[in-house]
Amino acid sequence: MSAPITSTRFKQNAREALADATLQQALKFVEVNFISRRREAAERLPEFEALRDAARDIKDHTLAHLDLYLEAYERRVQAAGGEVHFALTAEEARDIVLAICRQAGAKTVTKGKSMVSEEIGLNAHLAANGVTPIETDLGEYLIQIRGEMPSHIIAPAVHLTKDQIEADFRRVHAHLAPDRSLVEPTTMLTEARNVLRERFLAADVGITGANFLVAETGTSIIVTNEGNGDLTQTLPKVHIVLATIEKLVPTLEDATQLLRVLARSATGQEISVYSTFSTGPRRASDPDGPAEYHVVILDNGRSAMLGGAFQDMLRCIRCGACMNHCPIYHAVGGHAYGWVYPGPMGAVLTPSLIGIEEAGHLPNASTFCGRCEEVCPVRIPLPRMMRAWREREFERHLSPATVRSGLAFWAYFATRPRLYGAATAMAAFALGLIGRLRGRFRWLPLAQGWTRHRDFPAPEGSTFQAQWRRRKR
Amino acid sequence: MTTRDTILASIRRSLGVSGDEAPRRAAVAERLARHPHGVIPARGRREQERLAVFRSMVELAAGTVEEVARGDGVPAAVAAFLRAHNLPLAVRRGADARLDAMPWARERTLDVAVGPSDGSDLVALSHAFGAAAETGTLMLTSGADNPTTLNFLPDSHIVVLQASDIAGDYETLWGRLRERYGAGTMPRTVNWITGPSRSADIEQTLILGAHGPRRLHVIVVKE
Repeated sequence: MSAPITSTRFKQNAREALADATLQQALKFVEVNFISRRREAAERLPEFEALRDAARDIKDHTLAHLDLYLEAYERRVQAAGGEVHFALTAEEARDIVLAICRQAGAKTVTKGKSMVSEEIGLNAHLAANGVTPIETDLGEYLIQIRGEMPSHIIAPAVHLTKDQIEADFRRVHAHLAPDRSLVEPTTMLTEARNVLRERFLAADVGITGANFLVAETGTSIIVTNEGNGDLTQTLPKVHIVLATIEKLVPTLEDATQLLRVLARSATGQEISVYSTFSTGPRRASDPDGPAEYHVVILDNGRSAMLGGAFQDMLRCIRCGACMNHCPIYHAVGGHAYGWVYPGPMGAVLTPSLIGIEEAGHLPNASTFCGRCEEVCPVRIPLPRMMRAWREREFERHLSPATVRSGLAFWAYFATRPRLYGAATAMAAFALGLIGRLRGRFRWLPLAQGWTRHRDFPAPEGSTFQAQWRRRKR
Repeated sequence: MTTRDTILASIRRSLGVSGDEAPRRAAVAERLARHPHGVIPARGRREQERLAVFRSMVELAAGTVEEVARGDGVPAAVAAFLRAHNLPLAVRRGADARLDAMPWARERTLDVAVGPSDGSDLVALSHAFGAAAETGTLMLTSGADNPTTLNFLPDSHIVVLQASDIAGDYETLWGRLRERYGAGTMPRTVNWITGPSRSADIEQTLILGAHGPRRLHVIVVKE
């Protein structure tokens, strides 16, 4: 595997995240901004819901014909003078990228934001082999200088506050005047722009991801607001595109349908500032652009997801709406999830890619409130798939002993309705009696997992079923 | 077996197909050849409102729009824009024939260079291939006429656009691009540009001018 995994420590990670005041301050912005901006964008466009259906259908059609679209795409890239490289594993993809960099005699490579690059741990591999990778998306640059993983798939540094960023800039940009003012975010952005501008102009190779690959034309598409991806892929002599097999779409029209829902779901923009369609290297008469164009297409477990319970996950277009609307994500942030993909989409995808043994906690980190599915632009049934992972975890005896014995205890009563009725009536009566003064419990035996963080409301004397029977009469 | 073939075989095994099924191949060939439209927003459809929709969407994205009656008014509009923003009277552009035909000599103090940017230019001038009113999106194509570096390296980007090239939607632009370049063929780069460069990576505060231009100004030529 690739990027280091701490998903097995999810509970510990979450506890630490909840106690981290700086993180909690930064996370407030997620809930406040993303949700309202997406809703306003959706409301401005009467066709938005119809576009979501279309987006889902395009992805389903493509996945059902993925082998043929991949072949068509490859032919088109080659016809445009580009090269396609296939990689089965993260390791293969890293080696292909490194080989292209070495071929180009590269010392530094600039990078556009790519989650696949995070997935395969590309930066560490390049650095270990004498090639310096430089992230150019501001958020990615911030986490690179901090040695962190992204905590959000479209806003990688969303866990940081202004003060933390200022401290990092003072530490890393040591060649600049130490007494300069960095109070305003604008000043910090200008500083990053100036530092990175030199890097853009000096880089030997530019690596970008791809939001979509178009079979009709052999085109790769990137979407950015900063323009960093464009400088990354226009200035160096070699452009490498790193993508996975499910990024394929049939035609430019299909890509267009998806672009109409992507930015609106992600940031609430009508469309991102830059949508860039790249096909092959520069033409003979072009005065700028890369002389070489390589596409590395990675599988890394995805082909095995086709035709199975988790195929729908391959529709994901990485907008981040599911995590923006997730109460768990709002509470603990992205790093707690312990790998590259956080939030609901990560809770489903991560077990598919690294195994349920490593990632078993993640599909359990959900209240099943269903907001993620409600806002997903390609209508992925995320709660249903998290439930499917929980079932698999249980079937394979991977859930902790306390969970298993608790479930067995509950099942014993649930399969004996009379006994269940009697026991719950007794509990409701007893707890109602004990708690009738305060109306809630600060502490209950066997329920500290609940009472440690909030009070437990006292029952009012009888169970729901008993009240229901009385009403019917 | 190559890695490519291993991946294709794995996809086919998962899907339960051989890859030779005639109906599947026909479905794919037809979609690639016919590239059917999906859902197209109605907001750009009415021709008489198109320019107004385009303008309001560019402004929503923090860009600016001005209209000139004819192409020969562009040099004066460029010079006025530079003066209004206290910029040096210098601009870099590509070899686009429509820009070539404009009376640059009339602006005696305006310095116009031609060719790609090396990063030292403050202001670039491009001619758009077209635009989509639905989101105020400009479409530019790479080549000697309008080098891609001009779209990203300078601080301010001025884009000339013929009013008749403003389409209601993106799909119309793809149709025109296919007419120009041939079906299935693309220039090296097609840029959709909607407003100036920005970042919200610092506490989600929106700031213009991240790595690309901090100003985007569109000059619409009405005839």
